[in-house]
Order: sequence, then structure tokens, then C-alpha cells
Amino acid sequence: MTYMPKELQKVVGTRPIRPDGVDKVTGRANFGADMVMPGMLWGKVKRSPHAHARIMSINIDKALKLPGVKAIVTSDDFPPIASEEAFVGEGPMNFRDLSRNCLARDKVLYDGHAVVAVAATSPAIAEEACELIEVEYHVLPYVIDVEEAMKPDAPLLHDDLFTQGVDPKPNHPSNIAKVVAFAKGDIDAGFRDADVIIERRYSNAPVHQAYIEPHACVVSAAADGQCTIWSSSQGQFMVRAYCAKLLGIDISNIRAIPAEIGGGFGGKTLVYLEPVALALAKKTGRPVKMVMSREEVFRGTGPAAGAVIEVKLGAKKDGRLTAGDVVLKYQAGAFPGSPVGPGCMCAFAMYDIPNAKVTGYDVVSNRPKVAAYRAPGAPNSSYGVESCLDELADQLGIDPLSLREKNAAKDGVKAVHGPTWQNIGYTQTVEAAKNHPHLKEKLGPNQGRGIASGFWFNIGGESSAACHINEDGTAVVVSGNPDIGGSRASIAMMAAEVLGIPVERVRPIVGDTSSIGFSFLTGGSRVTFATGMAATQAAEKVVEELKRRAAMIWDISPDAVEWKDGKAYPAGPNAGSFEPLPLAEIALKSGRTGGPISAEVSINAQGAGGGWATHICDVEVDKETGQVKILRYTAIQDVGRAIHPSYVEGQIQGGVTQGVGWALNEEYIYDKDGRLENPGFLDYRVPVASDLPMIDAVIIEVPNPRHPFGAKGVGEVPIVPPMAAVANAIADAIGIRMRDLPMSPPRLRAAIDAQEPLPKAAE
Amino acid sequence: MPRVHFSGQAARRFTAGQTELEVEANNFRRMVLELDRRFPGLGRQIEESMAVAIDGEIFQDAYLAQLNPDSEIYLIPKIGGG
Repeated sequence: MTYMPKELQKVVGTRPIRPDGVDKVTGRANFGADMVMPGMLWGKVKRSPHAHARIMSINIDKALKLPGVKAIVTSDDFPPIASEEAFVGEGPMNFRDLSRNCLARDKVLYDGHAVVAVAATSPAIAEEACELIEVEYHVLPYVIDVEEAMKPDAPLLHDDLFTQGVDPKPNHPSNIAKVVAFAKGDIDAGFRDADVIIERRYSNAPVHQAYIEPHACVVSAAADGQCTIWSSSQGQFMVRAYCAKLLGIDISNIRAIPAEIGGGFGGKTLVYLEPVALALAKKTGRPVKMVMSREEVFRGTGPAAGAVIEVKLGAKKDGRLTAGDVVLKYQAGAFPGSPVGPGCMCAFAMYDIPNAKVTGYDVVSNRPKVAAYRAPGAPNSSYGVESCLDELADQLGIDPLSLREKNAAKDGVKAVHGPTWQNIGYTQTVEAAKNHPHLKEKLGPNQGRGIASGFWFNIGGESSAACHINEDGTAVVVSGNPDIGGSRASIAMMAAEVLGIPVERVRPIVGDTSSIGFSFLTGGSRVTFATGMAATQAAEKVVEELKRRAAMIWDISPDAVEWKDGKAYPAGPNAGSFEPLPLAEIALKSGRTGGPISAEVSINAQGAGGGWATHICDVEVDKETGQVKILRYTAIQDVGRAIHPSYVEGQIQGGVTQGVGWALNEEYIYDKDGRLENPGFLDYRVPVASDLPMIDAVIIEVPNPRHPFGAKGVGEVPIVPPMAAVANAIADAIGIRMRDLPMSPPRLRAAIDAQEPLPKAAE
Repeated sequence: MPRVHFSGQAARRFTAGQTELEVEANNFRRMVLELDRRFPGLGRQIEESMAVAIDGEIFQDAYLAQLNPDSEIYLIPKIGGG
């Protein structure tokens, strides 16, 4: 389909009621934990209490004797898998590592690592059985911190892990899995040319995606080998592929049915429970249900990577950047695979820097394996660069927004990772920030304002969608992607636009793996873009068929029929004189004109436009307690075209909120033995509604010509600028630069104390 | 002829340090086949773990993406998302 200009769009760009809204607010929606089956067993996991230990023995005898226990599985129940990398989920995934993450083999690599799983007739019996299982460990030295893990004498997690990307190939194993590097121009010359050079070190913590719904699944395995998986994930096809690979089952023997999902943000792009439940179901011949507790979610599932970010910037006195050098050390968790590559590519994406170098390290340590989180990798590197840029602006005496404007990447500028930018909307976000009334608001004592920008690529990929016309002229659109951010609404709206009918007459459905063609998982802000394209093309095929049916009814050539506002019209006076035929009338006669009217389209969508954002944040610091209050927040973003503006605003507000949590409070706290001390929302502080003002989401529309309605992904980039925006605002408020996140009250209070020591009490 | 640029890592592993070279091909698939013929193993590496930016637009798994005689091609890590 060619691009439909905004002026012609009647449904796209409106704000209809979301199709899943009533189910969600009345409790009718079925999430992963809502599924039950007759004869169902309950599965529970016994997890490692050690950060790093060799498994010497596992004794299940006592547990097996407990009445109600039906089966126990360990890694011995999973076939051994050779090291093999594939791009099934959100990043390159090594199947061997994934298998060992689901159930540890030989060694446990973090506190909470799954070791054994039990199926029993009740959750209580399964838990009791876990207590009765005796695991003998040989405790090993552990390492949590990324820079400690990089040292040559650090405890090694994997004897067979040799650093990739260095010359010569290393002879000794290391916790550094990979080194990546990108460069542009002559970095030394760039710094020589600079009037001012600034060099800083920053760090941010690994944080959890903190989706409200814990992982949950129900799995059934029939005697003939047919398996069915109901689970909450970001991709039913991803669940099917991983389970098939990890357990050696043909893909055709697995049907994965997506449940409603209570948040994912990237954290549900891989599997934890499903293969274990499947192994238990196969062993017992009965359905098995597994639901994680919140503690298990924190201890056993992937956080986003934390990082150390070293930034060196060189600039002329007028603010023009001459050189930039960034070193990124990313936490991968227990297995390689941090998002350091995208982190490197996003670090300087917003800027036109003639000479630049970015070097990234992917580092394993005794933490849960990281998983994707909105714009994976970009928030870390951007936090460092955007903070350092603010410090540079301060040193040069230049307004931070003007400094960004002066150095902004535009069409035709070469990115540090190589490609020449095209059709990018960064400068529009800076321009909108300059003109926003937020900048005119006066600030009081201990109040400050921070600016930061961000970029994320967005992706397309494989998507399938089907459009079926019902007998009464309504339509059903089936897609292969779980709806985690409003994709059902946007897909229905795009199909309605093509069909020319009200969106209320289109029912969007998420299909299971046996009812719709393959679709890559929901992530990378790709579904409204890519699956929306598939749905649009399916609706177009249906329109072609509707025109053919109308032609048959009128006994004229299909070429002489045109489609407008949900009706068939004769294309001109020569076509004949007929009353317009509404979709409902054609549908009613479909049996007589050739049968049901439907179409399915599968594509590999290309041309996802990148997302650009500039944020403005006002804070007030309570210098007595160290608490930071967000006073006002404006997030400006190029979204291509907002298909459903309310959802777009919601994505922006959600991303900002999560970024503010990353900035101010969220972190994993480990004890001296490497055990996680805060695996719950009481001690792991995410922002709640009362912590934030209404976030003003400002939508900029630079249409993506590769999408029929101009859409770009929107859910990733809003989490990129907040960490730096908040840090810059705090520095502006009290003159203290916080370079290590989170900027929680105790840390901020300590920094204030260091700057302004309390007077000594009178002797 | 289209010009292909490699990151340091791919260059180190497969092209003996060459970071850019010309390839006679009019689409992405032919470019990959030609690169694999010249540097065995590079084709698989590209298909399994790399995305390609052709004239500034990023493609993933894009056999049929067209190349122009003056196309600028960068091989970069694959990109996912959250």
C-alpha cells in the first residue's frame, strides 16, 4: 500500500475506546495465572541460595515419598544442547545458556538460579517437596560488580568463555564475553582540535522491568505428543520455538496460546517456566500450572543491564563538538548477551560529531541473566553522554538545549556506527522543546531543570495478520502478536481505515500459533508498524475481493468498481448506474458470490523509522531528606504518525515513569554472600502514581514514508532520556552532580552532607 | 559498485582487517553470497547476527533489498527492543 496522507485518514489519529478495556477493568480478561485445567498439577521451583556454587548432588528421595508429589525434574530431564546462537527472541540467544538458565546444570550462577522443579497436586505440597529436596553445593567465590568481574583475577563464571572481538584470540577464559567497537574520523585529532575537554565516569544499576504480572503458564502434554502451552509472554511463537528447541520437540507438536499480558517491557521475551512445566507435564501426563511469586520474579528473571559509562568529550568554545570517546561496561548477568551493541550505537546517535569512538564490553557476573527492557542498551549509554553533555554546557556557559541544537544530527549526517541518517526527527524535538511553555516556568529554591535527548532504532520484522468479513458486514482481524501496548486498537483502526467502516465494527484478536502465520515476538516497538502493515495489506486484499463480488452482483468488470467509505461504487458513468453496495450487503450475499471473504498476509516488514526524543524535567530536592520530587515533566517525541494518540501518550508516559524509577530509586541490593536482599516491591521502589505529576507527552509527527499511515515505533525511546534529565535537573537544583544511580534519598543525602557537612554538635 | 563497510570485529574475524570493500551485487542476497565466496564463513555470520544499513535504512533479513551502484552498506549488530 502506498502512503496515505494524514489529511485523508478518517480513523487513524482518532481516540476510540480500547477493545480490551472493558475486559481489563472488569477482571474478565484472562491472564497467564487465570488458566485452569481438570486434573491440573502445580509446579514449583527450588532455587539456589548461593551466588556461585558447584552442584555436587541432588537427592530427591524424600520429596518423591511425599504424598501428592507426582514428578521432579532437573537439568538431566533436558537434552544436552551444544552452544548455538540464534535470533529467536529479542537478541542473540544461546540455546545452551537458555537451557541452563531454566534449570542449572553443574553450577548455579546466581542467587535464585532454578535448580529443581516439582509437580504436585497442590501448591503447598509442591513447596513442601522443594524443601525436602537436598542439594549439596560446593560454594565458589562470586562477583557481582561489573568492573570487579572484568579483573583478570575475578572469579570465573564459565571456563569456556573466551573474549570475542579482541586480537589476538585470548588463551585464557574471562568474564568479558565480547568487545565491540565503532569509530568515525580521527579521534586524536578531534581532541587536539578541542578548546575544552571533559572526562567523566557514570554508572547506572541493573533494574527490573517490574511488570505487575508475574510469569505464569499452564502446559498440557497429550499421550500422542501434542503439547499445548497457555502463557503470558511477548510472543507465542517465541515460546513455541524455545520449548521445541530446549526439549527436542517438533514445532508442529506444540501449540502456544497467548494469554493477556500484564506488562512485559522486554522482560517476557524469553522463557523461564514454560519448558520446565512442559518437562513436568510430559513426565506426569497431566497438565501442569506454574506461577512465579514476586520474589521469584526478582531473583530468577532478567533485569535490564546496568553499566559503567566513561565519557570524554571535546568541544570548541562555541560548543561545537570536535570529538567524543565512550567506554561502556555492560552487565550481562550470568550468561553473555547484554545489549552493549545497541548501547554503543545509540550513545552518540543524536549528535553530529566528526570524530568519535565507542567501545563496549559485554561482561558476565553472578546476577540473573539480563533480559530486554525498552530500548535495550540505549538508556545506559545515553545517561552517560547526556549527563556529560550537560556538564560540558555548564563548563562552556552555554544553554544545554542550545548545545544540543548546535550539534544535532540531521539528514545526511553520518552516524558513528556508519550509516547516513535519513528522514530523522531529532531537530524537530529540540525545536519543540525550545518553544514549549515549560521552559518559561519559573523555578524556586532547590528546584532545577534538566534537559536530555535520546534515540532508539525501532524494528520491523516478520508479521502475519488475517482479515475476515463476517456475514453481517463486521470484520475480525487476527494477528500473531500479544498486545502489550495497544496494538489491537491500532491494528483494528488501520484495518477499519482501509475497509472504510467504523473501528467499532472491527474486532481485533490475537491468534495462537496454530491459527495464524508466524510472527516475530512483540518487542522493539514493531507491532503497530510491522503487524499493522500486514493487517493493512490483508484488509486491502479483502477490499479487492469485495470489489470483485460487487462487480459480480452488478455484472460489470471488477476494474469498473471503486471502494469508498465502506461501499462499492461504479467507478464512473461508463461503468453503469448502480446504487452503492455497502459492505454488509456484499457480505450477506458472499455465499452466493463465491463463499466467505477473508485474506491472510505474512510479511517481513522493513523500513522502521527511528524514534527521537527530547525531555524536560523539573525537580525539587528536599535537602533535609534527600528526596527528589518531580515537579513537571515534558516528553517530546517524533512518532511518525500517532495511530491512536492516547496509546502513544500512554507509551511515552510509561517509558518516562520507568526511566524516573531507574534514575531515582531502583537497584538490586546484595548481601555479603551475594544474596538479593530486596526481592519485592516494598524494598525495590518503583514509582507510583503519587510520585509523579501528569507527564506532558508532546507528539511530533515526521511521517515514516515506509508505513502506509506513517507510523514509527513509540514504546522504546521514552525511557532513554529520563535518567540524564533527572540527574541534570538535580545538578541544576542544588549544584551537586550525581554520577552513580540511583539518586535515592540516602545517596543524595550523603552527597549533600559531603558538600555541606553538618555543624559539629557543641562539646 | 556498492561499497560494504564492516565493524572491527567482523573485519578481524573474516576479512584480514579490511574494513571496507566493493562488491558487485544488485541485491543484499547476492552481496552476502559474494562476500561469503571471498571470505568463507562471513555469509553465515551476517545472516545470523547482523543487520544491514543500506543507504541509511536498516534492514534485518533482507535478501531482496536492492542495492544501487553507489549504495553505502554498513553491517551492524542486529537490533531487538523491549
